[in-house]
Amino acid sequence: MRFSLSQVVWQGLKGNVGWRPQWPAAEPKRAYEVVIVGAGGHGLATAYYLAKEHGITDVAVVERGWLGGGNTGRNTTIIRSNYLYDESARLYDHAVKLWEGLSQELNYNVMFSQRGVMMLAHNVHDTQSFQRHIYANKLNGVDNVWLTPEEAKDYCPPLNIDPSARYPVLGAALQRRGGTARHDAVAWGYARGAAQRGVDIIQNCPVISIARGADGRIKGVETGRGFIGAKKVAVVVAGATTTVMETAGVTLPLQSHPLQALVSEPVKPVFPCVVMSNAVHAYISQSDKGELVIGSGTDQYVSYVSRGGLHIIEHTIAAINELFPIFSRMRMLRSWGGTVDVTPDRSPIIGLTPVPGLYVNCGWGTGGFKATPGSGHVFAHTIARGEPHDINAPYTIDRFKAGRLIDEAAAAAVAH
Amino acid sequence: MLLIRCPYCNDELPELEYSYAGEAHVDRPPDPASLDDEAWRDFLFVRRNPRGLHLERWRHAFGCGRFFNAVRDTATDEVIHTYHAGEPRPDLEKFDRGAS
Repeated sequence: MRFSLSQVVWQGLKGNVGWRPQWPAAEPKRAYEVVIVGAGGHGLATAYYLAKEHGITDVAVVERGWLGGGNTGRNTTIIRSNYLYDESARLYDHAVKLWEGLSQELNYNVMFSQRGVMMLAHNVHDTQSFQRHIYANKLNGVDNVWLTPEEAKDYCPPLNIDPSARYPVLGAALQRRGGTARHDAVAWGYARGAAQRGVDIIQNCPVISIARGADGRIKGVETGRGFIGAKKVAVVVAGATTTVMETAGVTLPLQSHPLQALVSEPVKPVFPCVVMSNAVHAYISQSDKGELVIGSGTDQYVSYVSRGGLHIIEHTIAAINELFPIFSRMRMLRSWGGTVDVTPDRSPIIGLTPVPGLYVNCGWGTGGFKATPGSGHVFAHTIARGEPHDINAPYTIDRFKAGRLIDEAAAAAVAH
Repeated sequence: MLLIRCPYCNDELPELEYSYAGEAHVDRPPDPASLDDEAWRDFLFVRRNPRGLHLERWRHAFGCGRFFNAVRDTATDEVIHTYHAGEPRPDLEKFDRGAS
């Protein structure tokens, strides 16, 4: 069923009893050409582009829990591409360009809103580093402009630009093409698009191990619902990557950390854009439901608990209250955590592994949501052709051996 | 928030007293010049990331200031045991309660 205004009116007149499930609950077949492990945004996007761009429809997406229930459903939905290095700018801007047409392409409203992402500079280092980013972005065709404190306040009226503030605002970098999207809708839209093209989405089906034949090639995956054969297996499981890949004998330079976010009670529209502050480590936007969506930093230690310490949230809220004093008496509704997999250079790994037929897309750390369409697009290309797309060619596992890092961690202007 | 016992102060205190310092028992290469690229990668970038018992370094930053090692279950965040820096790697089977 194609969604449209006339469908909404027609179904409404019929009492809304004609809507059908958007994708079937598939039972696992004995074997597939490609098995994708993990039905988050990246995995579902991969399946969608495999079917649409490469004609590979004999695909299963297997998921331990429910579709989009991991980090896809837990992030703060910020989208931007103002990264320093050429490799990053290409990858993330590829994603932003896909975001711009995604609702139309999927016939699914992902509520992509280019309301602008503003990153605040609080000290001389921030100012210099952001201006360097702005020039680097311009060279890569990524929009990013410098705002004075007054211009920043114009763009985001709740901002406190008093020079005597605890965190004085010396200026800001604004990417107008940045913004937010509805995270669940992204997973649902890709799931529907993939299922329409013949992809099986199998939920409540944990992958226990990856099976390899005597020749070392991939045979399939052992799951909670039996063995599923596959010529190619693609692992897209974020925080659980280490444990899944170990079963295939592949060690990756990843560490899993808790990352938290929280939302306030809903209020009327008050906050027109996304604001990030790396120096105080807080980011904030307002959802269409009216809740302020606030993101924190990671806990310092390795953990799979998806919880995180309360002091991390306290620190974030303290900073938010200094930057936006009008929010000081708002109540927070709920907070939650997820498990993110972080690489040493804070850039993802997208591509081949030492095991023939096994592919991995991981290491997105704290900033994978924004890349969802681009990540799925280039990863599908990698799986279909057996070699990386031009854009993800630098994102190999081998870069840690070669020393050719994409060191956005050292670039330090992003809270990722 | 984690509760961690400093083995020097012998006091169980909240995590805020401490700072995390990564995996424990990572030895510097005795002869760095002899290492190939793969060994350097492993030393610089590859750390254990287990779902279960993890040996890790902590520093009692707002107390005695000393580094020590801990055994923590990353599936529950429970700090099971702490011991002095320089002590040998403990036998993990002793702590494994089948939780992971």
